[in-house]
Amino acid sequence: MALEATYVYLDDRDLVDVSHRTLLYLEAVTVSFDGFKALNDLSLYVDDGSLHCIIGPNGAGKTTMLDIITGKTRPDSGTVHFGQQLSLVGRNEAEIAALGIGRKFQRPTVFESHTPFENLELAMNSDKRVWPSLFYRLGGEERDRIDEVLALIGLADQRHLLAGTLSHGQKQWLEIGMLLMQRPRLLLVDEPVAGMTPREVERSAELLRSLAGEHTVVVVEHDMAFVRSIAQRVTVLHEGRVLAEGSMDKVQNDPRVVEVYLGE
Amino acid sequence: MFTQLRDIQSNRAWAATLAAGLVILVGVPLLNQVVPAGSFLHLPDYLVILLGKFFCYAMVALAMDLIWGYTGILSLGHGVFFALGGYAMGMHLMRAMAGQGVYKSNLPDFMVFLDWKELPWYWLGFDHFWFALLMVVLVPALLALLIGFFSFRSRITGVYFSILTQAMTYAMMLLFFRNETGFGGNNGLTDFKHLLGFSLQEPTVKLGLCVVSGAALIGCFLLCRFITGSLLGRVLTAIRDAEGRVLFCGYRSIHYKLFVWVLSAVICAVAGALYVTQVGIINPSEMQPANSIEMAIWVAVGGRGTLVGALLGALVINGAKSWFTVSYPDLWLYFLGALFIATTLFLPQGIVGLGGVFKKWTTKTKESEDGTRSYVRLP
Amino acid sequence: MKSNKIILVLLLAAALLGLGRAASAQPGFDEAVNGLAGQSRSAIIDSLKALADLGDERALAAIRALEERRLLAAPDGRAIIVGTDDTLHYADTGEPFAGERDGLDAPVINNRVRRAIDRAEAVLQLVAKDPAQRLEAARAMAKAPRPEAAELLRAVLGRETVPAVRDALTLALALVDMNSGDQEVRVAAVTKVAGSGNPAFLPLLKELVRVDEAGRPVNGDARSVAAAKAGITAIERHVLLVRSAQNFFYGLSLGSVLLLAALGLAITFGLMGVINMAHGELLMVGAYATYLTQNFFHSHLPGLETWYLAAAVPVAFAAAGATGIAMERSVIRFLYGRPLETLLATWGISLLLIQTVRLLFGAQNVEVANPAWLAGGTEPVAGLLLTYNRVAIIGFVVLTVAFVWYLLNRTSLGLKVRAVTQNRAMAASMGIRTGRVDMWTFGLGSGIAGLGGVALSQIGNVGPELGQGYIVDSFMVVVLGGVGKIAGTIFGAMGLGVVNKLLEPHTGAVLGKIVMLALIILVIQRRPQGLFAPRGRVA
Repeated sequence: MALEATYVYLDDRDLVDVSHRTLLYLEAVTVSFDGFKALNDLSLYVDDGSLHCIIGPNGAGKTTMLDIITGKTRPDSGTVHFGQQLSLVGRNEAEIAALGIGRKFQRPTVFESHTPFENLELAMNSDKRVWPSLFYRLGGEERDRIDEVLALIGLADQRHLLAGTLSHGQKQWLEIGMLLMQRPRLLLVDEPVAGMTPREVERSAELLRSLAGEHTVVVVEHDMAFVRSIAQRVTVLHEGRVLAEGSMDKVQNDPRVVEVYLGE
Repeated sequence: MFTQLRDIQSNRAWAATLAAGLVILVGVPLLNQVVPAGSFLHLPDYLVILLGKFFCYAMVALAMDLIWGYTGILSLGHGVFFALGGYAMGMHLMRAMAGQGVYKSNLPDFMVFLDWKELPWYWLGFDHFWFALLMVVLVPALLALLIGFFSFRSRITGVYFSILTQAMTYAMMLLFFRNETGFGGNNGLTDFKHLLGFSLQEPTVKLGLCVVSGAALIGCFLLCRFITGSLLGRVLTAIRDAEGRVLFCGYRSIHYKLFVWVLSAVICAVAGALYVTQVGIINPSEMQPANSIEMAIWVAVGGRGTLVGALLGALVINGAKSWFTVSYPDLWLYFLGALFIATTLFLPQGIVGLGGVFKKWTTKTKESEDGTRSYVRLP
Repeated sequence: MKSNKIILVLLLAAALLGLGRAASAQPGFDEAVNGLAGQSRSAIIDSLKALADLGDERALAAIRALEERRLLAAPDGRAIIVGTDDTLHYADTGEPFAGERDGLDAPVINNRVRRAIDRAEAVLQLVAKDPAQRLEAARAMAKAPRPEAAELLRAVLGRETVPAVRDALTLALALVDMNSGDQEVRVAAVTKVAGSGNPAFLPLLKELVRVDEAGRPVNGDARSVAAAKAGITAIERHVLLVRSAQNFFYGLSLGSVLLLAALGLAITFGLMGVINMAHGELLMVGAYATYLTQNFFHSHLPGLETWYLAAAVPVAFAAAGATGIAMERSVIRFLYGRPLETLLATWGISLLLIQTVRLLFGAQNVEVANPAWLAGGTEPVAGLLLTYNRVAIIGFVVLTVAFVWYLLNRTSLGLKVRAVTQNRAMAASMGIRTGRVDMWTFGLGSGIAGLGGVALSQIGNVGPELGQGYIVDSFMVVVLGGVGKIAGTIFGAMGLGVVNKLLEPHTGAVLGKIVMLALIILVIQRRPQGLFAPRGRVA
């Protein structure tokens, strides 16, 4: 499954058509669990290369939306397109991951008895079959790529420490780095700064900002200060649909948003 | 290719490996054959046999370390693979002495005793040494593949896999205890006469087998080094630590697990085959669940996840066993039991983790940015 | 009433032996016995017939003596029996014979006499007081059925109360009737035999339906063959039913043994998640506690010795429970959350326990006697034997399960155990001392294992390796039933026991066990959470 997906990857990746500058299209998506509508006729567009934040109170459907995009959950109705042409509905998680959509879950999982360098090496896009991996030798180009990502996530100096000894924040960054090794078009990040120190939050903001442009980043977050510091575009979800959308200032002054947040 | 081989371990480790190789391949024969019997340095014949056995056990420990130490899968079925390799070799040795048994029959003695008229189909082919070698590898590999495929596919992990393999061990033991199974029942296969024309009673032949076992051990060690040093080795350790993440990175972990599980079984079986030629008997008690668990403790005592640790563990515990069972037979089980408890409670890293001498071998320290010292494995 | 029947029997016996004429002029017992020492063979035969008519058991001794040529003729014509101790007695009165043995002759007998002896013996035995003797006689009649025996058999059958003797008599009678010239009688006999449901009659019925090459029945006519065929089907169905019931019972008792062995593990492994490889040794501790209790009763309370088992139950529970608590406090509690390490450490503990027991009690098995009240059994239906020790084990397991259920569901400890296993952190924040609860839970599981040891001591050898044989089975039961589900463990054990016993007749014990293990492995592959655990949630 993942194996075939690796082959698909090389061809399908180029099929992502962003000539209209939009990378992700969610249109009229509805999902219900036992009658409860987690997503209700949700339509959302993510621009290519943007840093897009999704906020919303608990139960607004943020995580369900990520599940829909990554193929974990199937929508009852509606369409999801990656670029103009590629439909994501009906594809499994591995296929979608191979298309270049990376997802970072809330709790970081890294390979603790490997160094950050080895973690990135393992995450790299290479032949993932058993036999080739036995004889795999890291080339200069790959080494450069790993160094590049290590620098990006700020772990260049910790490259030969065991990942298990890293701080919580460093593990989060390492995990983002591992996603980056797969050169994703779209990076979905779920609550990246929960449990971080203020200094780590600051560095996380820096990291995510620097990723935008080359990658498209969607961040789901509660921390309003953090969102304010990074977001170019903010979407507020409420009860499974879009409540407001625009710049942070515009959204924050929207009376409906104020009502939802204060009314809570 | 050559540089890749050379790079599997540091120069210092290569020097140690070569030294160990010299001792086994040259030193042992010299001390046994050339040094006169009265000399302090003379290696008596019984110690040669003991060493040969230890080499086989050490191979088992390496196999166990690959699957448990590196991949995190605790097998309680390695005794079966060991015994299956042993049985395959034993069957050849039985066929090699056809007509020279007590009953002078073409059939093995136990079959004559059971009044069997002809060889069962699964004994056919064992007249040939090459066929037996093939079976030493193939039979355990197939069994491991079968068990592994079904277990890993159903995502049976952790203790469930251990319990499952223990049940497999128990069932195989019961099967081989039956006379009707055709492997000599509880007496097993024994009274071997010769291998490839060499008499197994000759001390020089025993020395030869000991040296062959030593060579196999070194080969095995290098193979394991090669594997654990490769990207594949890092994937295995990653599977041990966070299998879900490995899947997410696009590796099909079941293939990796099957590979290392089958390889581990095969190494074990080869060790079993060598073992049988030296001790001259194979019977179902080798398949007792206790034996398989004991194999795990060799690795645990030596140090999981380090090949040197596995080797050390096998040698130290079996050395202690030889000494205890002769000098204080009543205390051996106490010692072994206490070892199980103490290792798990106080020595999770095993002897190798004790620090000092051995740590320098496998790790080096590095000053990190914030001044903390951490231990880093050599690449 | 009773005497009437006896007279009737005697009349019939007389008819059987064709001695109606002699019966009307009944000679006395003495006369008939002494007649055995008669000069002519026909006189001896006449006397034998007369004795059979009389139905007096006393005659048997004389008849046997005649058969074995230990009957001598005294000078006065009276019969003398040579006892086994070579003393001489009169056959009629039993008084010692004072004279010399020399010169006394034994009557000469030939085969004709021997046949008469056999018949007379058979008749006398058929009315003997001892059921075993009657049974033997009835079987002898069945072996060589004679048409003239029919009336006698019918009469005897009418007053026979012992089922086994009745069966034998019915068979003998049916055998006679089946050869009767009257078709009605034949069919009735076959129907009667067929309706008995007794597998002992199967060969007979099969013989009846046997056909020759042309397809014609060798024996009997079409109607009796049809009746026999129906009978064979009915009996075979009955036999199958009884055998299934028997196997089911065996399966239940095996399942009970498995459950007793595994129930403690269902608590320590199932609820707490501790991989306790020393579980088998806790069973062993329970068994040795039983042994020690037995010895104590033997030396101190000899009067109550047969009741030592009742006292062994709490002793074994306490001994194994204490061992378990010691294990938990000293080793296991430091290894929570590290199952593979727990596995190895508890294996080490098991080695220590085994070696300790070996040093204390020796490596040999010790003698644990079954109390007298557990010996024997009952047979509610022919062929269905329920031995008391198996019944007792089933009863014991019911009590044990009830005890566990009560503890877990109706006591404060049980409430805490359930709280801790469901959500440790929450339980701790509610003020439950989770460490304490762990200790008592593990102690409880171990104590239950001790109870299992009591039961195992009654059905198998008690030795240091006792536990090793049960550890794999116990884990299989718990895993099969679904970890964390006590009810699952019960179904798992009973299911395993019954399936195993149903397999055994086809595969033999060892292969059956291997097949079972293979089946379990397959089941666990398909359903890693166990057969009876709800799907979806991984335990």
